Amino acid sequence: MVHGELWTIKDLFVYPNEYIYWSVQIVMYPFMTGLVAGAFVLSSLYHVFGIKELKDIARFALVFSFALLFIAPVPIILHLQHPFRGINNLMTPHFTSAIAAFGIVFSAYGAIVASELWFLYRRHFVSIAQPLKEKQDKTLAEWVRFIIFCSLTLGVYDVSEESLKKDEKAIKILAGLGIPVACFLHGYAGFIFGSVKANALWMTPLMPVIFIMSAIVSGIALCMLTYIVTMEIRKFLAKRKKASQFGHQTTEELQSAEINVIRMTAKYLLLFLVFAISLELLDLVFRGYTATKSWDVLRSVIYGKDFTSIFILQYTIGNLIPFILFLLPNLTIRRALLAVVLVMFGVFMMRWNVVVGGQAFSLSFAGYMHYHLPIIPHDWETLKEGFFGALAVFLAPFGLFWVITKIFPVFDVEKSH
Amino acid sequence: MNRRDFLKNTVKGVAGLGISAAAIEFINPKDLLANINSDNAKARWAFLVNTYKCVGCGFCVKACKQENEIPYDANVTRTWVERYVITKEGKRYADTPKGGRDGFITTKIEMGKDKFQEVKDEDIQKAFFVPKLCNQCENPPCVQVCPVGATYQAPDGVVLVDRTWCIGCGYCIMGCPYGVRFFHPKYHTAEKCNFCYHRISKGLKTACVQACPFGARQIGNIKDPNDPITKIILTERVGILKEEFGTKPQVFYIGLDREVK
Repeated sequence: MVHGELWTIKDLFVYPNEYIYWSVQIVMYPFMTGLVAGAFVLSSLYHVFGIKELKDIARFALVFSFALLFIAPVPIILHLQHPFRGINNLMTPHFTSAIAAFGIVFSAYGAIVASELWFLYRRHFVSIAQPLKEKQDKTLAEWVRFIIFCSLTLGVYDVSEESLKKDEKAIKILAGLGIPVACFLHGYAGFIFGSVKANALWMTPLMPVIFIMSAIVSGIALCMLTYIVTMEIRKFLAKRKKASQFGHQTTEELQSAEINVIRMTAKYLLLFLVFAISLELLDLVFRGYTATKSWDVLRSVIYGKDFTSIFILQYTIGNLIPFILFLLPNLTIRRALLAVVLVMFGVFMMRWNVVVGGQAFSLSFAGYMHYHLPIIPHDWETLKEGFFGALAVFLAPFGLFWVITKIFPVFDVEKSH
Repeated sequence: MNRRDFLKNTVKGVAGLGISAAAIEFINPKDLLANINSDNAKARWAFLVNTYKCVGCGFCVKACKQENEIPYDANVTRTWVERYVITKEGKRYADTPKGGRDGFITTKIEMGKDKFQEVKDEDIQKAFFVPKLCNQCENPPCVQVCPVGATYQAPDGVVLVDRTWCIGCGYCIMGCPYGVRFFHPKYHTAEKCNFCYHRISKGLKTACVQACPFGARQIGNIKDPNDPITKIILTERVGILKEEFGTKPQVFYIGLDREVK
């Protein structure tokens, strides 16, 4: 069977070679990169602009961004017909292609996040490696721990006031540099779609900007979600066992800290949400007003075939309802939790409507294609490009985050920065 | 430094920079190579389709599939034939069942989702066939978007795919406004019509041109003014598909209709 044939249903006049070639993993790709970029921008709001209220979530967001970073290329690789040739993209980048920049932008961004993390956690590494270094008769576990943290210090054990000040300066510079790079990383994901002149729905110069805005929205939402979940776990643990065992904070302290952070972060989420929706609606209005050749078929897709997924799922459930939830006074954790889940769903639906919606009509403008997401996998292709492949990509960062926090703890570290 | 000196030095500086920049431009190796190549290329292949002559027999599609080893029953094809039917009531229909491989042997029009529309002969205002294939664009968007350079334009204008290097991202398939590209069912790399490059480079005609019993398909070298196909393209009124994309397609059509998608 031809690739794409399995999940494509053709309606009316469609060219013979047309199928939904870009399926759910290509929906996941901008969704995941969006989360990376958004989480980083959130952390930079504190480090660069000194928004003190975001201090607690900033460190958290940076580490989470690092965990997401490793997963961001996975959907693309899973989507490739020749995954093992993915490296060709780095070996012979063809720079007239938007995808060719991926390796460079992505590694540059990864380097920035990694170095920022290093400066942020240097003192922590030293505080673990130093005593172990001096200790005689290390056990095997201590040896492993020593080797890991000793390598992470990169041989720098200087934690004087002066050097820590320099660290802070470096963090500020890196975070500042990171914002444009994060925006570029995601803006270029938008460019991948926006520059396809063959596709009437994708081709708009607004695409990169829309992608950046919704990326920040989804990144903040994911950080809030994970922050709430981890705080709830900590509260639960604090309640069950003696508080002294798990940090120095009691349940009440955690509670008040949590709601303050969430209320503050929600304001920034709303701000970016307004930008994102305005741009998307501007694009829609403009297309309708100018009504070029493709508008007839686009209108039938937007207001007809995809009405539910665009106007009900994306705009109403994913944007309007959380918007109201956030705006109502006295935001509670539960309400915030519901709202951030809906916001993330809304951003996911936006990616879905762009990627799948862009292939919902034929290049002939006289036919349609319907996408049926494979759920029960019956071969490798329907596994990796099906529901479970996408789910695995979504869940992987959480697992990775748990592993990474063993090295970069996000709570109860010395409040040096 | 007084104002006069300042202006003098500025002019000198700009002129100096300009000259050195021009020198860099002059020896740009890429341009140099491109110039050498374009001079060496004696051919620029172009295709001519006379839609008046096409009867929709599908011999071209059959021949193409066999010649280029595209699995016969796979629902993808390097070339295909479209049927357009416009009724007296102004209804417009178009279809290409199996790419027109088996010919158009029924008056039922394929509507997708396993549905068919019967159009009676007496209701037809206008009907015709349009063969399609890769346009070997002068400005190919598929080449532009390939992230690894696995698809490229040969000096004679034909766009080729390197099956050993293609990563199968599908960006070129998305980038082609004509829908000529697909994934090869066996090699899982991007696949497209290449004017039977293995044949034309040996002086043979393409498989579809050879298979067409009515001469609806012809191939020629537009760099050769004596080529009969070139003469037709240059002297008669020919059309191209989807001009608005700026791809500068090199497949020319006689008898193109505004209904052609």
